[in-house]
Amino acid sequence: MIEFRKVGKRYPSGHAALTEVSFVLARGEMAFLTGHSGAGKSTLLKLIAFIERPSSGEVIVNERNLNRLERGHIPYHRRSLGMIFQDYRLLQDRTVFDNVALPLVIGGEYDQRETGRRVRAALDKVGLLGKEKYYPLELSGGEQQRVGIARAVVHKPVLLLADEPTGNLDPDLSQEIMALFEAFQRVGVTVLIASHDHDLIARMNHRVLTLQQGNLRNGTAEAPAS
Amino acid sequence: MKRRGEHGQDSKTARAAPRKAGPRQRGLENYVTHHLRALFASLGQLARAPLATLMTAAVIGIALALPAGFHALLASVQAVAAGWEGDMAQISLFLKPSIKDDQAAGLAKRLRGMREVADVRFISPQQALAEFEQSSGLRDALAYLNVNPLPAVLVVRPGEKYSTPAAARTLLRRLESMTEVDSAQLDLAWLERLHAIIGLAARGVWLLAMVLAVGVLLVVGNTIRLGIQNRRDEIIVTKLLGATDGFIRRPFVYGGMWYGLFGGLIALVVVNGLLLGLSGPTQQLAALYHSGFRLELLGGLASLIVLGVGAALGWLGAWLAVSRHLRDVEPV
Ligand SMILES: Nc1ncnc2c1ncn2[C@@H]1O[C@H](COP(=O)(O)OP(=O)(O)OP(=O)(O)O)[C@@H](O)[C@H]1O
Ligand SMILES: [Mg+2]
Repeated sequence: MIEFRKVGKRYPSGHAALTEVSFVLARGEMAFLTGHSGAGKSTLLKLIAFIERPSSGEVIVNERNLNRLERGHIPYHRRSLGMIFQDYRLLQDRTVFDNVALPLVIGGEYDQRETGRRVRAALDKVGLLGKEKYYPLELSGGEQQRVGIARAVVHKPVLLLADEPTGNLDPDLSQEIMALFEAFQRVGVTVLIASHDHDLIARMNHRVLTLQQGNLRNGTAEAPAS
Repeated sequence: MKRRGEHGQDSKTARAAPRKAGPRQRGLENYVTHHLRALFASLGQLARAPLATLMTAAVIGIALALPAGFHALLASVQAVAAGWEGDMAQISLFLKPSIKDDQAAGLAKRLRGMREVADVRFISPQQALAEFEQSSGLRDALAYLNVNPLPAVLVVRPGEKYSTPAAARTLLRRLESMTEVDSAQLDLAWLERLHAIIGLAARGVWLLAMVLAVGVLLVVGNTIRLGIQNRRDEIIVTKLLGATDGFIRRPFVYGGMWYGLFGGLIALVVVNGLLLGLSGPTQQLAALYHSGFRLELLGGLASLIVLGVGAALGWLGAWLAVSRHLRDVEPV
């Protein structure tokens, strides 16, 4: 589903965020991406979503080489992903319902009734069914994070990218969200989760990719360090 | 495992993979409802800042009102001028001395039957002489002439469509070649001058309209540019979620269209208000000159054109602005 071939990313500032990163994540696989702060986790996820472009090497997602992605195809590439952002990226002037509905509105495939049904189903999964009419600023940090998660899964993407999805959640909620991701994996969704939460990662039996100073330490399953 | 060089194909499967492909009919329905929703959502957006909306619309309205107003004035002038043209394009046919009155009357009848001719007036030599005597005061001198030297004259007034200088000249040549006619005269100088002035004024209105149309594009473009800046975060998030340029452009372009439409409405109110305000005094002035000149309000078609042009310019201005600025707003 995802293949990195000697991918390097150097930001315009000159900072090399990733160097020669190569790995393969199979369709339907679930993996954690870990590493110290600034190791390049967010950068790696952004390369997959084509928010950033690699400086060298090739990124292949869903059998498509992103180096050859035309501008007009970028939106369709992004629609096939569900992305959970480290900083949530919610629209403050729209209700929870409208935020979660956004991917469906953008896709333009469903009528109002079907959209409403799917949005409520997604909100139910993250335990926010009662908060449809709230605005993001009226929610706690963890609740906002869960709105972001609902928005990422509402359109049933084939690939789920999560950047610190449990950063603001208590252990119980984190566990619930992880169970939700595993449920997605069971129905064939590929899931890649960037996280520092070593305890959580250790408790779950999934493959771990560890970044260190922009280098991938290990591409195979292993117990996280420390 | 990886097949490459097929991303055109892949893009379709990737798009379709997560959902069931619904019937095409429903896709079209959804497409239309999405457009309608964007149309009214953009209206709601404008309604949320009524004063700013009104100001932008007013600027557009004034820009549209100027050429529309001049056009209305010109149309009124043209209507009056068309009335004058008939008089101005008179052709005088001097008949041969051998032609008797009844023959002349016959010719007049024939001419009246022509499509190009609106009216023919017959002036017999006796009438001509009487008129001449009166206007010249040479009655006594003329009394010494024992024959009337004046020919019979047919005064031909071309129909409305044949009163233009070119058409009148063609008619002149035809009439001149008739056997009964000795010579024919057409005084076109005034007509040509009038046409030149009206043509110049019409060209002026057009040029003014074009300059102001560019002005409208810039006003709308600038307003939309500010809108894009204000909604930068929203644009970035929708881009991250896979919005196409068309999707992002839609509310702005509809917004621009509404601005233009409201501007058009304001222009109609302004122009018709000015014309109404001027019509009383103009009529008084025209009456003093025994002229039937009156200011006409903008008609239904002209009003539709003002609204349509306003909406189209708003749409285009917004489209240009969004296309120009959308690429600057990329997610990071
Ligand atoms: N837009 C940018 N311009 C310049 N440098 C950047 C940019 N984004 C990230 N970096 C740098 O790239 C490196 C990797 O950043 P990245 O956000 O990928 O780290 P991370 O592993 O996600 O860290 P964290 O756990 O704190 O989120 C950092 O040193 C950061 O300073
Ligand atoms: Mg990060």
